[in-house]
Amino acid sequence: MPSDTLIQVQPDPIATTIVQPRKSFWDLGLGTLWEYRELLYFLVWRDIKVKYKQTALGVAWAVLQPLLATLVFSIFFGRLAKIPSDGIPYPVFVYVAMVPWQYFANALTESSNSLVASQNLIKKVYFPRLVIPLGSVVAGLVDFCFAFLVLIGMMFYYGIRPSASIFLFPVFLLLAVCTALGVGLWMSALNVQYRDVKYTLPFLAQFWMFATPVVYPSSLVPAKWRVWYGLNPMAGVVDGFRYALLGRTAHPGPMIYVSAFAVAVLLLGGLLYFRKMETTFADIV
Amino acid sequence: MSSVAIRSEGLGKMYRLGTNAPYMMLREFLPQMLGGAVRRLRSGRQSGSKSNTFWALRDVSFDVNHGEVIGVIGRNGAGKSTLLKILSRITWPTEGRASIHGRVGSLLEVGTGFHPELTGRENIYLNGAIMGMRKAEIAAKFDEIVAFSEVEKFIDTAVKHYSSGMYVRLAFAIAAHLEPEILIIDEVLAVGDLAFQQKCLGKMSEVSRAGRTILFVSHNMAVVEKLCERAIVMDQGSVAFQGETNAAIHHYLNTMLAVRNADGHVFDLNESPNRQSNLGRLLQRIELYTDDDLPVLEGIRIGKGLKVKVFFDLPKPTRSFDMGLGFDDMFGQRIFTAHSLFEPDRPTGERVGPQVFVCDIPSFTLTPGMYNMRIWLDVNHREADLINQAARVVVLESDYYGTGKAPWNGALVLQHHWYVEQPKGETVIQR
Repeated sequence: MPSDTLIQVQPDPIATTIVQPRKSFWDLGLGTLWEYRELLYFLVWRDIKVKYKQTALGVAWAVLQPLLATLVFSIFFGRLAKIPSDGIPYPVFVYVAMVPWQYFANALTESSNSLVASQNLIKKVYFPRLVIPLGSVVAGLVDFCFAFLVLIGMMFYYGIRPSASIFLFPVFLLLAVCTALGVGLWMSALNVQYRDVKYTLPFLAQFWMFATPVVYPSSLVPAKWRVWYGLNPMAGVVDGFRYALLGRTAHPGPMIYVSAFAVAVLLLGGLLYFRKMETTFADIV
Repeated sequence: MSSVAIRSEGLGKMYRLGTNAPYMMLREFLPQMLGGAVRRLRSGRQSGSKSNTFWALRDVSFDVNHGEVIGVIGRNGAGKSTLLKILSRITWPTEGRASIHGRVGSLLEVGTGFHPELTGRENIYLNGAIMGMRKAEIAAKFDEIVAFSEVEKFIDTAVKHYSSGMYVRLAFAIAAHLEPEILIIDEVLAVGDLAFQQKCLGKMSEVSRAGRTILFVSHNMAVVEKLCERAIVMDQGSVAFQGETNAAIHHYLNTMLAVRNADGHVFDLNESPNRQSNLGRLLQRIELYTDDDLPVLEGIRIGKGLKVKVFFDLPKPTRSFDMGLGFDDMFGQRIFTAHSLFEPDRPTGERVGPQVFVCDIPSFTLTPGMYNMRIWLDVNHREADLINQAARVVVLESDYYGTGKAPWNGALVLQHHWYVEQPKGETVIQR
């Protein structure tokens, strides 16, 4: 068939890939990540779709988890232990903290296990590995939105109106996402090599919650320590949420900058560590 | 435009042994780290002893031109899969570099990334994205993919309800429509029914006719021979040979034949991995001898007699047992089956304990090459113990016909004669 042999495919502008040992420690590979943004979208979409596919209550879980926790805390810490809540009705005081906290705790667990859970993919297909933990962190935002709707309802019920500081809310949300991603990157990469991570996660989440002003106000922390308290980025996030949404508490002050700094270090370190370990994932997972 | 699609220059991949567990527990790691530090202090900063490393791939260089279909063949553990993994960027090389011109699609295992809870439709999009396709691209090819996979009816059913055949068909359909400039394939043709395999082969040659490059790893020599113009033979992590397919296959089979040792005629079956035992591990050992009772070390020459001595155990007094011996060529094709049922003087009487059963083939007339032996033992007309690839026998060239011309082609060597017959009623012109 001569006509067949005459057809020559000229592959359009050919992309050249160089495969070689990783040279630069500082290369974060964010360019390739951008190229694979559609994969990120599909992974998030998959996570959300699969999550509620065989549950009876479905999305209600996203709301029930923080709501039930709030109920329990309101009874024990609010009613019985009479923990102060900066003049805010205790249930709202806790719930406004539970929303970012639940998001963080879930995103942390999901992203830490994400690489090990996707080991089949990692061993068989190339794509920037960053999309996996990133996908888990982003997928958690859907649950966050549902829980947030309930928060709005609660604020109406208690007649709490946000002040102008609500415009800062996206900043604190971003802070929460970056914290989850930063810790998730460290944990997911460590989990590939040391399965101990899986067992430490529940404890970590529990301790961390009590180190965060979820059930108590950060005003309980002595003033001179409060700046250092911000080294726990979630403390900054929770105080920020209260400040931005409830409009009654004071600006968290310099603590928030410490938190932002801590997150930046955590995230950059996580990215670098993740990229360094990425070269071995397929071999050791 | 350069015509090179893949250029590999001195690629190497080193693995560390010692940390042989695929992953470590922290409690193993901490003492190791501390111990390592102490040792390093003592021995004057000598980190990472060399004996703990293993090169799965070393100094691998080759070029693949655009539009070529290249086979990669070699024994298990020769480094084929490591090479493909590096080229498809799943793992990183330790040294060397490869430049790849064009989009790479890898088919290391079809169906990776399928989620059982999602429907076929959803999985097409998800899997396509994982393979590096754009959403618009998947949407444009969606109908074609569904038609190729033949699962139209179930496209909105969760794939966990699919049969394994449907699953594989859908997965391959997605991969086949990826249309990369370079396609990397590892043994996918082992899956699916025959008709679908044919379809896949068709798709592959269609892809290669469209000027795309294919790198194809397989153990199936027949398929490699059919599809590839050139082949690379891998051995112990390096390129042992590269060139025209037939020559490469010849080289590969020859290196396979080169493996031999002093006890080459004894095959211990106790460690055999390919075993299906219904009544325990009864088969123990196979020994191969020639008709002169010499051990078969390098191989047996065409037409010589072959004695297969099978050592096995009968734990209970048994009246009826039978044994079968199948000879398969390197393509997995059964060439000959010997069975004790064909024996007129079968052993009678009750037997118990260790036994030796000998199969005597007075003239072993297969063409030169290596043959795998499958052995099975029936006790009381039930399959008791079966081992695939229990032993190997190599047939060496010989002057079987006495003409100095060694037979090389086909599966069998049979005595035959040629002579001229006078056609009746016609004039024969003789000069």
